[in-house]
Amino acid sequence: MTDATDPGTIPAQPARHTSGSLLTASARTKRRNAAEARFKAYGIAAIAIAVLALCFLMSSIVRDGAGAFRQTYASIPVTVSAEVVDPKGNRDPAEMAKVISLSYGKLLDDSLKAWIAAENIRIEGLSDADTKSFFSGEAPARLRNMVLADPELVGQTVEMTALTSSRIDGMFKGRVTEETAALDSKTSVAQFRLAQAMKENGALVTKFNGDFITKPDASDNRAEAAGIGVAILGSFYMMLIVLILALPIGVAASIYLEEFAPKNRLTDVIEVNIANLAAVPSIVFGILGLAAFINFVGLPRSTPVVGGLVLTLMTLPTIIISTRAALKSVPPSIRDAALGVGASRMQTVFHHVLPLAMPGILTGTIIGLAQALGETAPLLLIGMVAFVTTFPAAPPEGFFDPASALPVQVYNWTQRADPAFSERASGAIIVLLIFLLCMNLLAIFLRRRFERRW
Amino acid sequence: MPVFWIVLIVLALAAAGYVLGQSRALTQVDGDARKLHSRPGYYGWNVAFSTALPALVLMVIWLFLQPAIIGNSVSSTISDDAIPEGQTRGIVLSEAAQIADKLSSAVSQGVLSRPEMMALRVDDADGMGRLKDAGLAVLTRPPVLGAAQQYLGMQRMGSIWLGILSLALAGTGFAWALMRTKPDFRARNVVERVMRGMLIACSSIAIATTLGIVLSLVFESIHFFRLYQWQHFFFGTEWTPSFGGGSKLGMLPLLWGTLYISVIALLFAVPIGLFAAIYMSEYASPRVRSVVKPAIEILAGIPTIVYGLFALVTVGPMIRDWIASPLGLGNSGSSVMTAGLVMGVMLVPFVSSLSDDIINAVPQSLRDGSLGLGSTRSETIRQVVLPAALPGIVGAVLLAASRAIGETMIVVLGAGAMAQISGNPFEAMTTITVKIVGQLTGDNDFASPETLVAFALGLTLFVLTLGLNIFALYIVRKYREQYE
Repeated sequence: MTDATDPGTIPAQPARHTSGSLLTASARTKRRNAAEARFKAYGIAAIAIAVLALCFLMSSIVRDGAGAFRQTYASIPVTVSAEVVDPKGNRDPAEMAKVISLSYGKLLDDSLKAWIAAENIRIEGLSDADTKSFFSGEAPARLRNMVLADPELVGQTVEMTALTSSRIDGMFKGRVTEETAALDSKTSVAQFRLAQAMKENGALVTKFNGDFITKPDASDNRAEAAGIGVAILGSFYMMLIVLILALPIGVAASIYLEEFAPKNRLTDVIEVNIANLAAVPSIVFGILGLAAFINFVGLPRSTPVVGGLVLTLMTLPTIIISTRAALKSVPPSIRDAALGVGASRMQTVFHHVLPLAMPGILTGTIIGLAQALGETAPLLLIGMVAFVTTFPAAPPEGFFDPASALPVQVYNWTQRADPAFSERASGAIIVLLIFLLCMNLLAIFLRRRFERRW
Repeated sequence: MPVFWIVLIVLALAAAGYVLGQSRALTQVDGDARKLHSRPGYYGWNVAFSTALPALVLMVIWLFLQPAIIGNSVSSTISDDAIPEGQTRGIVLSEAAQIADKLSSAVSQGVLSRPEMMALRVDDADGMGRLKDAGLAVLTRPPVLGAAQQYLGMQRMGSIWLGILSLALAGTGFAWALMRTKPDFRARNVVERVMRGMLIACSSIAIATTLGIVLSLVFESIHFFRLYQWQHFFFGTEWTPSFGGGSKLGMLPLLWGTLYISVIALLFAVPIGLFAAIYMSEYASPRVRSVVKPAIEILAGIPTIVYGLFALVTVGPMIRDWIASPLGLGNSGSSVMTAGLVMGVMLVPFVSSLSDDIINAVPQSLRDGSLGLGSTRSETIRQVVLPAALPGIVGAVLLAASRAIGETMIVVLGAGAMAQISGNPFEAMTTITVKIVGQLTGDNDFASPETLVAFALGLTLFVLTLGLNIFALYIVRKYREQYE
């Protein structure tokens, strides 16, 4: 006490700042300020790297995948020669159905040659193989379906918009150039020039490709005809199963744990279990699905029902965690009031707490569904990679039909040789991301619109 | 689908039970609900539950057990000499199941009638011809066809009995509950007890799932270790599976690839995630925060297949053309570096949001004290906030590591399939998850070690990630308690 009032007893401090001025920064202060600025810059740099990575990822996917939504078609007059499609000449649909697609390919080939001659296009070195491989393997099949559906067409000349091969399509998307065409065994320089000439003539058009969204997958050498129709339907079925199973089970489990469970051993075990299940690698769920649902129960492989069950088990922890948070945020006064007027605990929960927690529960469910929609690894193990070209039937039978799923379709296409499949994989990703975006926007909307702060 | 119809009938019965139970309770008191013990709806629910629940539970159990029981009894009728050389009982059984599928679709298309189908013989030219005309040609041997027919017969018997039993059960429950409906019957207590039971059953699904995972992994792994020595699996350095036999299934190259990729991913994700979290919680204005935080969280919402495709199509070729090839370090499009970097990007939001929570949990008084003593903000963060948050951050990093080890699609598409132990990060290597996918996709023979090894790998992966998770959660919990 007395020391403070007696300046004489305080030993003189050695002067630390020789300049001693508060107005000019010392070397040490400068160093500390520089360190401060550096530290802040690290933070900004870290955020910049993360945001740049996001932009790079998105832009590269969009750049690669945009092409999948446009497709090149050739519109030329096709003469449906009666000798080829109806050799017996009696217009009997059963007889005509025996003519295979290959013969229709010849029709297309002849029509293209006739068209080239009529339009007076001269391409040096144009061989038979070039005109033959000009159209997609899918084009004759579509022509065949057209003729079988309408036998009147036989003998007439119809204006047809035929799907061209993936190489021709690639020429108008920058994937195939004159140089690469020369090295490619599936196309040639002559074919490249023919395509360019047809484009100038207006016979080749690159237009919006609705088939990509609605048509099923196609085989390895028909990249141009492959679509994601079956995959979208399969994913939709699985989401339906997840929603039907995971929402009620998850909500019931959360209600028990949050509102009724006594503090005992069993409750602890369940809680630890849920926390751990949320962190189990997704591929382990795939192994579970394979061993339990396919090998033990004997459910059919590559079907939406198995995929849906596996994804349900994966999504449950997410839904339980968010539902419990939503139940917790309902203030105890609501429960007290209900109990006070004589409601039972069950009535309190189901009549008062649950309706108030519903927006939070739905938000969590949608986010869980979005996660499940993008999940790939477990589906690979339960056989969803199978090549499926037929649409599954309507539910409930359709749940037991083979189907694909959007993310698995993407994986499937990355494993194929033709570069056109890589473009389609990115296109499928764009569709997947749009679905995810919509689901997340819906979740944000629900949260903003209905969430109550107490 | 007869089961679907049985379910519908049971549910319709339950709905009728609800209406009847309610009205029966009301008529007994001449419409004066005050004389009832519970509100009328509870009497209705009581009848509905007694009708539907036992029948539905029976159906679920039946459907789970029926395939295994039928498979066993069909299997016991196939004598050993009916199994050709070089085939297993499993192959014969799956052949029989395929034929059974064809036969049942022949019946449903009207190609054969049911008795004709059951009496079909291999040398029956007419029946076989009709099958062939319908595009369902069956080429098989008598014992397999017999097994298929027995299979179909038992399946039919099974579904008939299931229908009879579950409808009988539903009817009994319905009648019993209606009889019990009296004014002094404590319907609400009964209904609430049943509901509580259902809630408990739903929460036990979490335990059932874990149990299912552990059981399926352990049983098939035991199977595997009977065929392949465990020392060679855990300590073998060579991975050369060949379905012809004589394959070497050493796990070490896979473990090496897994850890190498995870380390690169963490080296990328931890500094960036941590600095991003520090900046957002200590420096950023609320406006910047409201833009940047969701942007980083978008990265967490992107499915891993998207990252995988990004690695395969964009990052892999870029690293090969710009770094690996010019330096002469390799010319593989898929490499440890590719998978590691892309996985790092995926982990950034994971690390940053966990660290953000932890940094925000450090009490403001600690910061105020340090700033009051004259330290700069960065000094406060480095010397006060981070040490206080350290255990939590370590927990976050461990959780991220467990994510990295279990990640599948990025490594399947980005890391390659070469099982090797090498230090060069620009070479293709492979991981545990890649090989699980590799061994289990396509047609599997669940008697060969090459397929079963996937379960042993899965068990290793499960134990590894579970250990990391439990340890991390323990650290995070312990730290949280300090400030609460």
